[in-house]
Amino acid sequence: MCETCGCNITPGNKDTESGKAAVEVLHSLLHENDHQAAHNRQHFDQHQTLAINLMSSPGSGKTALLEHTIDKLGDQLNIAVIEGDLETENDANRIRDKGAPAVQITTGSACHLDAHMVHDGLHQLELDGVDILFIENVGNLVCPASFDLGHHKNVTLLSSTEGDDKPSKYPVMFRAADLMLITKADLLEVLDDFDTDKATENFRQLAKQDPVLTVSSKKGSGMDEWINWLKSSLTDYREKLAAGKTQQPAIQSDGAAMHSHDHAHHSHGHAHVHSHES
Amino acid sequence: MHELAVCQDIITQVEQLAIEHKAKAIHSINLEIGPLSGVEAALLKAAFPIASAGTVAENAQLEITAIAVTVNCNICHKQSQAAANKLICEHCGSWQTRLVTGDEMVLKRIEMDT
Ligand SMILES: Nc1nc2c(ncn2[C@@H]2O[C@H](COP(=O)(O)OP(=O)(O)O)[C@@H](O)[C@H]2O)c(=O)[nH]1
Ligand SMILES: [Mg+2]
Ligand SMILES: [Zn+2]
Ligand SMILES: [Zn+2]
Repeated sequence: MCETCGCNITPGNKDTESGKAAVEVLHSLLHENDHQAAHNRQHFDQHQTLAINLMSSPGSGKTALLEHTIDKLGDQLNIAVIEGDLETENDANRIRDKGAPAVQITTGSACHLDAHMVHDGLHQLELDGVDILFIENVGNLVCPASFDLGHHKNVTLLSSTEGDDKPSKYPVMFRAADLMLITKADLLEVLDDFDTDKATENFRQLAKQDPVLTVSSKKGSGMDEWINWLKSSLTDYREKLAAGKTQQPAIQSDGAAMHSHDHAHHSHGHAHVHSHES
Repeated sequence: MHELAVCQDIITQVEQLAIEHKAKAIHSINLEIGPLSGVEAALLKAAFPIASAGTVAENAQLEITAIAVTVNCNICHKQSQAAANKLICEHCGSWQTRLVTGDEMVLKRIEMDT
């Protein structure tokens, strides 16, 4: 029995003669992280707070998007932000200037947020009454995708200055996206090498049926669709809570899938638990 | 480079199992890793000695089984192999597929000296 979550580990074939024992574990490599993530998710669910993980390369416009989003939505919904991006030190201040509570978590030199860091951040934040909590992850298209933070949705940003082949170069990251958001749309007319159709096709080739939206935080284009996506995600999430369920990002790592609320999956090993609806 | 963090998580789990089974040392650690897990086997191997130093797994052999990417087609319902960034059905060409294997990051089994 796994002490922390009670999941099953087969007792092992003990060979007393040789003094060797083999244990079948079948746990995620990030078992510890996944437990903390499940705990974080409980925090969010108790407050009915939809937690959205924003991931992208450095400088793709995560903080600018949040500023614009708070401007547009701040008087209808309560928004809070956990800032984990290292690139610009004053990201949390940029959010506070817009009137939303923000906690800056110190990641040291980490290249990703993990569930423990987010948990530390949560204890500096009043979640009561918060409708949407954004977690701005470290600007990095590799590491953040592997760590469940306890959030409910992943949004991956791709800025028009980066190249439309990014989904093919970073399949793990883009596969994790519940929404791909093409940012800096105002620059599309001057950049002749970024094709939004091509970017979408590269995303689809990862077997992704999820929506793709195009926005400009600078000019405000596409913002209504983004706001609608947020509102309908919040509605869906709260309907799930009302039905006694929670929500996880559509594609989760093996480990997160193993530790979904239905622990019974353990006994089947991992082969059956890919991207099932939760 | 998040593989060090992954290794540290593995070591925490393995230490716990060693206590439960009253093991003196961990002999081998077997993992299954698929290309869509986001974890690189080579980087994991490089990080392992750093993460395991001074622990019960210090001298353990890290064995990594690579898992190939396979998809099942939602349209023609056949299974095929695929590249990590092209999860296309090789029978009918559809992108509407479901990953069957390829995102594993599993601590499969450990062997210990008791
Ligand atoms: N032209 C243009 N620039 C943008 C837009 N959004 C962000 N930027 C610029 O891109 C840079 C990085 O933005 P920031 O929000 O800090 O990115 P982050 O690192 O992902 O948080 C800043 O200089 C922004 O002014 C946009 O919609 N259009
Ligand atoms: Mg930022
Ligand atoms: Zn467990
Ligand atoms: Zn097919």
